[in-house]
Amino acid sequence: MLLKLIGYIYNQNTLWEDLGRILHFLPGWLKVFLAGGFAIVFIAAFLVIMVMFQTWLERKEAGHIQSRHGPMRVGLWHGWAQPIADTIKLLLKEDITPKACDLWVFRLAPIVVFIPAFMAYVCVPFGNGLIASDLNLGVIYILAITSLVVTAIIMAGWSSGNKFAVMSAFRSAAQIVSYEIPMIIAILSAVLAVGSFKMGDFVAAQQNFWLILFFPVQTIAFLIYFISAVAETNRAPFDLPEAESELVAGYFTEYSGMKFALFFLAEYTNMVTVSAVATTIFLGGWTLFGLENIIPPFFIFLGKVLFLLFVIIWFRWTFPRLRIDQLMNFCWKVLLPLSLIILVLSGLLASVNVYDRVFDLINNI
Amino acid sequence: MSEILKTEEFLMNMGPQHPATHGVLRLVLTMNGEVVVRAIPHVGYLHRSTEKILENREYIQIIPYLDRMDYLAAMCNELPYVLAIEKLMEIDVPERAQTIRIIVFELNRIVSHVMWWGNFGLELGAFTPMLYGFREREEGLNLFEYISGQRMTYNYMRIGGVARDLPDDFSERTKNYLKIIKEKLKDYDGLLTENIIFQQRTKNIGIIPRETAINYALSGPMLRGSGVKWDIRKGEPYCSYENYDFEIPTGETGDVFDRYMVRYNEIIQSTRIVEQALEKLKPGEFQAKVPKKITPKGEIYFRVETPRGEMGIYLVSNGTSKPYRFKVRAASFCNLSIAEEVMKECYMADLPAIIGSIDFILGDVDR
Repeated sequence: MLLKLIGYIYNQNTLWEDLGRILHFLPGWLKVFLAGGFAIVFIAAFLVIMVMFQTWLERKEAGHIQSRHGPMRVGLWHGWAQPIADTIKLLLKEDITPKACDLWVFRLAPIVVFIPAFMAYVCVPFGNGLIASDLNLGVIYILAITSLVVTAIIMAGWSSGNKFAVMSAFRSAAQIVSYEIPMIIAILSAVLAVGSFKMGDFVAAQQNFWLILFFPVQTIAFLIYFISAVAETNRAPFDLPEAESELVAGYFTEYSGMKFALFFLAEYTNMVTVSAVATTIFLGGWTLFGLENIIPPFFIFLGKVLFLLFVIIWFRWTFPRLRIDQLMNFCWKVLLPLSLIILVLSGLLASVNVYDRVFDLINNI
Repeated sequence: MSEILKTEEFLMNMGPQHPATHGVLRLVLTMNGEVVVRAIPHVGYLHRSTEKILENREYIQIIPYLDRMDYLAAMCNELPYVLAIEKLMEIDVPERAQTIRIIVFELNRIVSHVMWWGNFGLELGAFTPMLYGFREREEGLNLFEYISGQRMTYNYMRIGGVARDLPDDFSERTKNYLKIIKEKLKDYDGLLTENIIFQQRTKNIGIIPRETAINYALSGPMLRGSGVKWDIRKGEPYCSYENYDFEIPTGETGDVFDRYMVRYNEIIQSTRIVEQALEKLKPGEFQAKVPKKITPKGEIYFRVETPRGEMGIYLVSNGTSKPYRFKVRAASFCNLSIAEEVMKECYMADLPAIIGSIDFILGDVDR
């Protein structure tokens, strides 16, 4: 059974159809229930492992950028067990609730921040057929769900009863709401190229020619998306809400123990989300110019996501932080006009069928 | 409706425990959203009444206490005191001792500025420069450990000379260190100086006009950043600084970036001075003949140019073995006095940049 399950990662079969065929004797509602359960377990496992790996990657990468080694002791080989040790430490930490806090909002915020980050994976195609639900409006769904993070951040900042946290929450709200606009417009220009909101269609269209290769329109769209996504996840150089030299730790200053861990988890999950979306929309998802027939598509997808994560981490350890007014100027005066121009250009190209012709041409070679 | 939804200024307490305040400085901020309307610094959390303690110590016992004031430039703190006593007692210091003093003094300036450079990056949200700065500082501290046995509180200066002679291969190691520093400055350019985000964050903020800088009795890079070409090493040379060829880097507008560039260029100038001093280093005595009992008589103010600015020792002595009055003019304290003036109407995010550019050491501010 396990081998069979692993096989889905390798095979080209559609997971849900097969699962339905195997379990044909069960009533329909139970099948749906089981399929959903499997998807949840898969996504949860994927995310937890990714986040753990990412913390390790971040520390190793930071270490090597800063001419040191990073964790080396735990687990004997290059500190591979460090994330596990960190998790245990966070679980065992005392959970402090400040006196001045708004108790229920304070308790709810970590859950609210984590759930949308998790939910976005419903329509991320991990591999061929490895998608929980290929919604008709998948792209819009992901954008809508991920932008819910800002609610949780305001909840956390407000309920902490700490002025630094409140300021950080305001900054974060302003930043996330602003950067969402160029991000969505950049994605829309990609949607125009493919002609669908379905995540699965994006991958299918880019089988032989990635969208990012449509120079310069889609390349710039990708860059706009990526920059906005980094800002959206509050990562350096846009990590103003967490600016430790100004606001201590930002909106989660007062959180400790597992609540803090959930914020941490959500931040890293969001990084994976934006990388996964960028991979699917601009970098061809799990395809690699035909190599997906040899290499398991899941690992191609993983490789691309990890590369983008590597770049995001690289940003963090090399750039100083922007200031709030520069951040807003950059969004409204540079990214937004640029993304609008790209949208218009992309629309023009789509109206004369350039995208379809190029896709067809290359598919026929 | 507008009565309910009114906005108002609010008070925020930054420090004494805050990552950006270099220890225990406390800033009471009046904020208008993201804008700082007023920032009032409160000092005194690290006060150890060193000056009073020193009035109850023998002259030779004073030197280690001075190390603990500006702990990042301890060599530079010891120097004005021994020079003051030497001037009062009219002791002739051997040439080798003078040269050694200049070498350690300037090396300490490099070490201090390199560390400042790293922390300034951290202040602006770039974490990597800090570790680069510490890496280069480490080599410098190794040199100090080699000659004095200590890494931070050296206790190396003596009245009439220095505590120990330089080891034989010190010159070699120092030259090597200078080579490393010069090479790494290129990395520093790439990471901060030429970075567009860094330039945007530092240019045109925290401007101190020339007149204001003079009126507030600023000194060191704070003063030179505002375009005043004043350096005690040139203006009132001690330890025969007049025989060395170096320039005084100055800024133009007096903003944070200018002060950054002044410190950056001072690293280069200091390497030049150390190189010249190493060439002048000749075998000889490293300590003058000093009377067994040190009992100077008189009143003196002696100042030197430490990495942070003018450090002066005011000493009244009535001929006994302990000073009658001991007062330190600390560069950090005087430079910090401009904080309230310069932190007006700026963004919250500018505060760390301005604090960083003042480059104060709380141990030096509070003493």
